[in-house]
Amino acid sequence: MGEISMKKIMAAAIAGLGLALAASAVSAQAPATLAQVKQRNILNCGSNTGLAGFGVPDAQGNWQGLDVEYCRAVAAAIFNDPAKVKFIPLSAKDRFTALQSGEVDLLVRNSTWTMTRDAALGILFTGVNYYDGQGFMVRKKLGVTSALQLSGASVCTQQGTTTELNLADYFRANNLKYEVVAFASSDETIKAYDAGRCDAFTTDASGLYAERLKLTAPDEHIVLPEIISKEPLGPSVRNNDPAWFNLVKWVHYAMLNAEELGVTKANVDEMLKSPNPEIKRLLGTEGKFGETIGLTTDWVYRIVKHVGNYGESFEKNVGQGSLLKIARGQNGLWTKGGLQYAPPVR
Amino acid sequence: MTDATLENAPYAFVRKETLQQEAAPLSVAGPIAWVRNNLFSGPVNSLMTLVCLYIVVTAVPDLVRFYFIDAVWSGTNRDACLPEKVGRPVGACWAYVADRLQYFIYGSYPIPQRWRVNIVFAMFALGVVWMLWDRAPLKKVGAFFFFVILPISAYLLLLGGDGAETFLRFLILLTFGLAVLYLVLSFVPSLARFWTGPALLAVEEAAPPWQRFYRPKRLILMAMIVFGLIAVLAQAVGLPRVDTGLWGGMMVTFLIAAVGIVFSLPLGVVLALGRRSKLPIIQLLSVIFIEFVRGVPLITVLFMANTMLPLFVPQEYSPDRLLRPLIGVALFAAAYMAEVIRGGLQAMPKGQYEGAMSLGLGYWQMMRLIILPQALRIVIPGIVNTFIGLFKDTTLVTIVGIFDFLRTIEATLVDPTWATPTTRATGYAFAAMFYFLCCWGMSRYSIAVERRLAAGQKR
Repeated sequence: MGEISMKKIMAAAIAGLGLALAASAVSAQAPATLAQVKQRNILNCGSNTGLAGFGVPDAQGNWQGLDVEYCRAVAAAIFNDPAKVKFIPLSAKDRFTALQSGEVDLLVRNSTWTMTRDAALGILFTGVNYYDGQGFMVRKKLGVTSALQLSGASVCTQQGTTTELNLADYFRANNLKYEVVAFASSDETIKAYDAGRCDAFTTDASGLYAERLKLTAPDEHIVLPEIISKEPLGPSVRNNDPAWFNLVKWVHYAMLNAEELGVTKANVDEMLKSPNPEIKRLLGTEGKFGETIGLTTDWVYRIVKHVGNYGESFEKNVGQGSLLKIARGQNGLWTKGGLQYAPPVR
Repeated sequence: MTDATLENAPYAFVRKETLQQEAAPLSVAGPIAWVRNNLFSGPVNSLMTLVCLYIVVTAVPDLVRFYFIDAVWSGTNRDACLPEKVGRPVGACWAYVADRLQYFIYGSYPIPQRWRVNIVFAMFALGVVWMLWDRAPLKKVGAFFFFVILPISAYLLLLGGDGAETFLRFLILLTFGLAVLYLVLSFVPSLARFWTGPALLAVEEAAPPWQRFYRPKRLILMAMIVFGLIAVLAQAVGLPRVDTGLWGGMMVTFLIAAVGIVFSLPLGVVLALGRRSKLPIIQLLSVIFIEFVRGVPLITVLFMANTMLPLFVPQEYSPDRLLRPLIGVALFAAAYMAEVIRGGLQAMPKGQYEGAMSLGLGYWQMMRLIILPQALRIVIPGIVNTFIGLFKDTTLVTIVGIFDFLRTIEATLVDPTWATPTTRATGYAFAAMFYFLCCWGMSRYSIAVERRLAAGQKR
């Protein structure tokens, strides 16, 4: 969910910084991020200031979430210690500048991968660790099972966000009548929906599940299956270090491959003895694939041992193991009808 | 001539005994009169009273029911505060505040190291009481403790690590060296002749050796004790480095406010004097600084510090992410403080300056002994106003990713563990109480100080 005003600010900031960046990009000679990280002995990870399921401090003050575990996985691969991460919480306004300036080594902060961001900001998205999109929530007693039945409905949404624009696009494209009831903050929006000011509530699907918990009777509401926008969320790195880009990208693929091959946190030690050549290559008992991206051969073993595979991380933070209970859906493996597909290790 | 006594009075209508004193009539004393005088003394006041009464009657019972009667006081997760799970209407979810209180106080500071924060909190409380309670003994030692020992100790204890330990060793050597120096001076005071001058030297020489240079010796003794204790702690349990990224909660709020308050006052005095100075360069620099800082919002300063600065400064020389807003807030508050103090300086009659000069006092003596004590007293409300504003402005650091008290509450509000319809109202009520108590305490204290200092002007 990107706010329009925020985008304008970003655009202005980028224009202003263009010169400074151009100058620094010219003078920069292949900074080896991995070497810097190793020398610093800690990974600087740009994180969210608080988003349910993706990055939230628990009662002890430790960060938990899907994005947080991505950072821990990168740290585990490099240092064999998932605790060697320094989380730098960044607001939506300063996240990309912090990455550009080198203050963080990678940014895992539910940022939507868009063309402009890939092309103009001097950063690269390494992949998609969560396929999000805008969805609808309605009361069960309405008897609605599809967004296409929402003709004539009033929809609560947040003002000035892309959510509002997507909503208009979707209803116009499907020739449906609707009435927007917009509020300044997400909190007011959900309150209004709870009070019955509108028939449906819309925001990013991952957010719908978190907001539903704040309703007085969460079980009386359902999330409709339609996803009306594409919000691929992923980690990003600076575009001046291909080796580091590769490393961050392959940490995600390693977790996906581990899930696909059935390697879990619990059985990873047994899997070391597996005769399956694919597992052997993945866990580094055969070949030296980790060394090609600057890591050790047991890099995947480290990730799975300390953090787990993608499926485990998903279920623990946003799926059935969490309060959000988000279905895998698009985030399932390609073998199970989802979009998560990793190239092979070979 | 007859005696004009009552007994002999010839008339029947003259009362012969004194009447019992009666209570004042209800129209001038008692509760009804009080109500009439204070609440219904005229049509406007009567109307106001009724309006206020209406507001109180409509709001207070609901507030009390929400925050106390229907509130949930204990529980481990959201189930405790969900109406359908508890089977009754649920008001404020204080169980959530209780569960997350540690996080609100310490942020992500590692749990095994939190005793270090507690020590700093205790030292801070001691320093505050020592400074603010006007009958506390040894005020000058207290000031030294608050302004020198406390900040250094807080740095050593909160941050820790190799750098802090090296600094601690240096400090111990330094205090030890100074102790030896004063020990020598106690027996051979004439060595300090070049510093004290002959008159003061004679005073010191008249005292027995253990009482010579008594005041500096007290300060050094205290520094030795405090740093010694910290060194013992560092040796015994170790003070591993805790990165400032893990700091948060009330600890950071107090830190930012304390740094702002401690640095802005002296800096503000210097800037105010600079602005009124007759030396053109000093005056110009002061004016430029004050007007520039007053011309930009605090948010801009914070953004410059945490978003723009890293773009211009190489990563390895870039100052700490917490230090940058600390400096920004202190400089920002100093500019406002300077203007407040300048107001006090301008309120001083010219006669005070002339009187001081006619006594032969130099500029600094005149300022220190005559002008500033009076000028500062005049502007106490303004100074405290700036402090309170500064304390509340500390919440702005959230936009640059620093987890102050308010931010820690907001961060827990998104956590599904405690997602209930009333969590938000509870969290913000808790924040409101905290900020109100701190700000209200400051303003009450300033009123007391004003009264005490104005004693000389009462007739």
